[in-house]
This record gives sequence, structure tokens and C-alpha cells, in this order.
Amino acid sequence: MFPTPIAKTSRTWQVSYQALLPVALIIWLLPLIAVANFSIKPESDFVNGNYWGLPGSFEAFNNYGRVFFDSDMPRYLLNSLLITIPTVIGAVALSCMAGFALGIYKFRSNLPIFFMFIAGNFVPFQILMVPVRDLTVSLNLYDTKTGLVLFHIAFQTGFCTLFMRNFIRALPFPLIEAARVEGIAEWRIFLFVVLPLMKPALAALSVLIFTFIWNDYFWAVVLTQGPDSQPVTAGITAFNSQFRAAYHLMSAGSIVAALPPVLMFFLMQKHFIAGLTLGAVK
Amino acid sequence: MSVSPAVPSTRASQPKRGWYKRNEIAITPWLFLLPAILFFAVYVVIPIGQSFWISFHEWDGLGEKTWVGTANYERLLGWGDQSIDRKFETSFWNNIRWLILYLLAIPAGLFIALFLNQSVTGIRFYKSMFFFPFVISQVVVGLVFSWFYLPNVGMFDLITGFFGIDISGGVLGNPDTATYGIIAAGLWPQTAYCMILYLTGLNAVDPEQVEAARLDGAKGSRMLWYVILPQLKPATFIAFVVTIIGALRSFDLISVMTNGGPFGSTRVLSFYMFEESLSEFGFRMGYGAAIAVVLFFIMLGFIAYFLWSMYRDEKGAR
Repeated sequence: MFPTPIAKTSRTWQVSYQALLPVALIIWLLPLIAVANFSIKPESDFVNGNYWGLPGSFEAFNNYGRVFFDSDMPRYLLNSLLITIPTVIGAVALSCMAGFALGIYKFRSNLPIFFMFIAGNFVPFQILMVPVRDLTVSLNLYDTKTGLVLFHIAFQTGFCTLFMRNFIRALPFPLIEAARVEGIAEWRIFLFVVLPLMKPALAALSVLIFTFIWNDYFWAVVLTQGPDSQPVTAGITAFNSQFRAAYHLMSAGSIVAALPPVLMFFLMQKHFIAGLTLGAVK
Repeated sequence: MSVSPAVPSTRASQPKRGWYKRNEIAITPWLFLLPAILFFAVYVVIPIGQSFWISFHEWDGLGEKTWVGTANYERLLGWGDQSIDRKFETSFWNNIRWLILYLLAIPAGLFIALFLNQSVTGIRFYKSMFFFPFVISQVVVGLVFSWFYLPNVGMFDLITGFFGIDISGGVLGNPDTATYGIIAAGLWPQTAYCMILYLTGLNAVDPEQVEAARLDGAKGSRMLWYVILPQLKPATFIAFVVTIIGALRSFDLISVMTNGGPFGSTRVLSFYMFEESLSEFGFRMGYGAAIAVVLFFIMLGFIAYFLWSMYRDEKGAR
């Protein structure tokens, strides 16, 4: 293990390491701690210039209450869910199938197609902006959740296929051969042999895509406008112009907007990190 | 599977199988690929080509496109008798700044990973809390940092003020510092990402090699450089890929923190492109597409390199 395990070092370093950990963490998360502090402060604190000190009074219920009952926030949150969940399902479904095809079968254009998916994933998405916006407008899907979902599914399929294909390739191939010898149809092999083995990959990918899509901002402002279909990342800017310079409300709104992926991460941490670090170990 | 007959197959008794049955192995992959390829082609592959096409036109996004040849590029890059588009010049150099400074996330991530790669009680909690910033939307990160940078009352201003440094207009209000302020905000989640990559990589480092090196008297930085880093190569590669792509895609933070200002000093190509295409002064889609194409070519070098190394690994695996 590197660096030297702490248990094998001098007593002084052991103690100082234990003391250093929480200090480092507080410094690292200082911006977040500050925002959390903002969100429970009364408005008068900001008027009096008490930005970073302890709250003058505890106003969390008031501030968060106004976020939920006094603004379009709940609507934006709902939009985000209605965009994110179909995208996760769509992208994972498409990439499972594509990953199966690319991971199991040998045909000449296998590698070129695989690399097309990888390459598309690296492309700066600004180059897609004008044509995709045009396409969405002409399909009458501009400013709809469907328009956003369709694009997200397509774009995420690149990364997801890379992920799924590599996962399926690592599965024991004799399993599939055995099924073929038994005369099982190929689509049944996918459904009953490969798919059950892909559960960890499905979980990892779902959490990851959930976070990516929830946090998307660029496409939200390109393809939608207004509270009817905008997700919460774009909605927060409208929210902020509604409560201009009301830091206690803006920070409460930001925390609400950021929370779902955070919850997802803490609940599914193992899967999340497995998905993110795919390929970091060979 | 459990219903498969004891006798291996009844195929022999069916001399004429359907066309699909006979070609099953060849056809199935294409059926499985079809939906993904269709989506990907319509929304990703074809639009890349269309962007190239549009960049040779003048177009407001609604009416007819007017063919203008390379006029957009001439205006952008200052070919011929025109001078280079000043906004483009600023954006380009800001992109370079992003690219170089964003790479700091890699050593910073490695440093934190080394710091946290211990087994003391509660270390799992610390690891996930250190990773936390990556999960938060960049929009929220941008907001948080813009409050952090507020002139006069922001925490950053208070700290620098304590040391007698006064940045006029605040970090984000001063054209000389604004871009660096945004990059610092971007480094926060990016470092967390690199850290998690390295933590996973460190987990897989071969303990026997480390022990052997230790017996040979290697320690500290020499151990890190000659024994550990070579084994972390896959993690480093991915850290490079995601950091470079993240740097060139930067948009959210700029849009939220400064909206390109002050005086356009924080524009990058991706932001400038968005601004030109969908600005309130009318949609200049053709010019926007031309900027996107330039960004694409800047990125192409990196993409080609990434693909090439992945391709080499694929070939090596066979």
C-alpha cells in the first residue's frame, strides 16, 4: 500500500493525521458550508453585513418554505424528473442492446462502429447546437421535455455504449457459447443470459446518467425556455432573478436544486464510483 | 434455459429453416444496433456535418440560408484584408488558459488521493465527502463561488483584504482576474473527479511490487515516481481525457458567474458560439457554426490522440 499505512508510522504523525483530516475536509467544503449557512439566515443578516458569521436567527423553515410555495421551483423540479428518468431508461436500454451487439458478435464493422460511438462522445457539443436546435424546432418539439429527452438519449448513448460494451466483453464468453449449443435464440440469450449478469453495470450507469442529465444546463437553455419545460438547472436562473440579491432564498433554492443527485450519490455510492472509474484500473 | 430438450436439437428434422434462422448470427447484431445507431446518427453524426455546411452560410435560423463561402471564417480569423475578430481572439486565449490551468486538477487530485489512501476509522466518509463537489451541478457551483467572490463582503475579498490585496471590482468584476476566478471554481469539482480516479487506481496498485521496492530502499517521491505512477497510468489517461474535454466544454460556469463579462473578458469559444447563434441582437447561426467548427478542430487533435490510444489497447487485447 502506498503511501505507508498510517499504523506503521510514528505516533506523532498518526495523531496529526487524524487531526488534519477534519480540518482539510472543512476547508475543502467551505463553499458548501457557507451556502448551507446562507440558506438558514434571516434577510436582516445580509442587510447588516453579517454574511459569513453565525445566523442571527434560525430561518430554515421560512426560507425553504418560500422556495417551495412562493416560486416555480416545484415545477422545475418536476420537469427535471420528467426529463431525467425517461432519458436514463432510454439511454440505458439502447446502449444495453448496442453493447451486446458490439461485445458479443464478431463482424467487420464492429470496431469502426464502436469507435464512432466513442468519438461522438468526445465531440464538443457546441458543434451540434445549431443543427439539433433546428431539428427540434422543425419536429415541433422546441420547448418541450420530449425534445430534450430525445437529444439526451442520443448523446448519452455514446458513453453508455462504451461502458456496456466493455462490461459485456468482460463476461465469460463460454456462457454464451453454451447457450448457443443448446439452440437458444440470440435474442433470448440477450434477455435471459446476458441481461441478468449486467445488473451491476445497469445500476452504475443509471446513477451516473441520472446525475449527468440532472446537472445539464447547456441543452436546457438551448432547447427550452420558461417554466413549462425547463429543468431546475435552468430554472434556478429565473428563480434568482425573481429573488435578486436575496441570498438567503437563492442559496436555499440552489441547495434544493442540487439535492437529488447528491442523494442519489450517497445512496448508490458504490455503483456511482464503479461507473465513474471504469477503465481507471486495467 | 431449463426447458431445453434432452436431445440437443431438433434441427435435423427441419430441413428448411427460415431465412432469419439461417442468418441469425449475422443479422442479430444489426437488429440490436439499429436503434442506437439511428438515434446517434440523427442527433450526433449528421449534425456535425450540417454544422460544417451551415458555417458556409449566413442564416438567421428561420429564413433561407444564403451561401457566403468562407466569409464567416475570413471574418473570424482575419484572413485577407480583415482584422481578426477581437472577441474570437479573447475567447481563443481564454480557452488556452482553461486548458492549461484545468490540468492542475490532475496533480491536485493525485495529492488528495494520496492523502486519503489510508485505512483509519471513518476514512470512507472522508473520501465520499471529498468527492461531493463533483456531484453538484456546475450551475450551483458557479452561484456558490460567485457569492464567495462578492466584492467587499465576499469571503475571498475579506481574506485577500486581510493581506492587503485589493482587487478592484471584486474577482469577477475585474477583467484581469475574472477568468482565473471561474477556472478556480471549475477546478473544485474537477479535482474531486481526478481524486476518485486515483483512489481507485491506488487500490489496485500491486502491494508486492511496493514491498519489493521498499526492501530496495525506495521511498517517498522516488517510490511515487518510479513504482506507483507507472501503475497509475490508466487512471492518469482517463483523468487527462475528462479534464481536457471538460476544459474545452466549459460553458455553465461562465454563463452563470459572469455571462461572458466584464467587457467580454471571460468569453470562451463555446460561450461565444452560443452568444452569436442565439443572441438578443438576432440569430447569427452561420457565424456561430463557424466558431463551433474551429472549436471542433482544436479538439480534434486531442480526440484523435485519445481514440488512437484506445484503439491500440483494443488491438493489443486481441
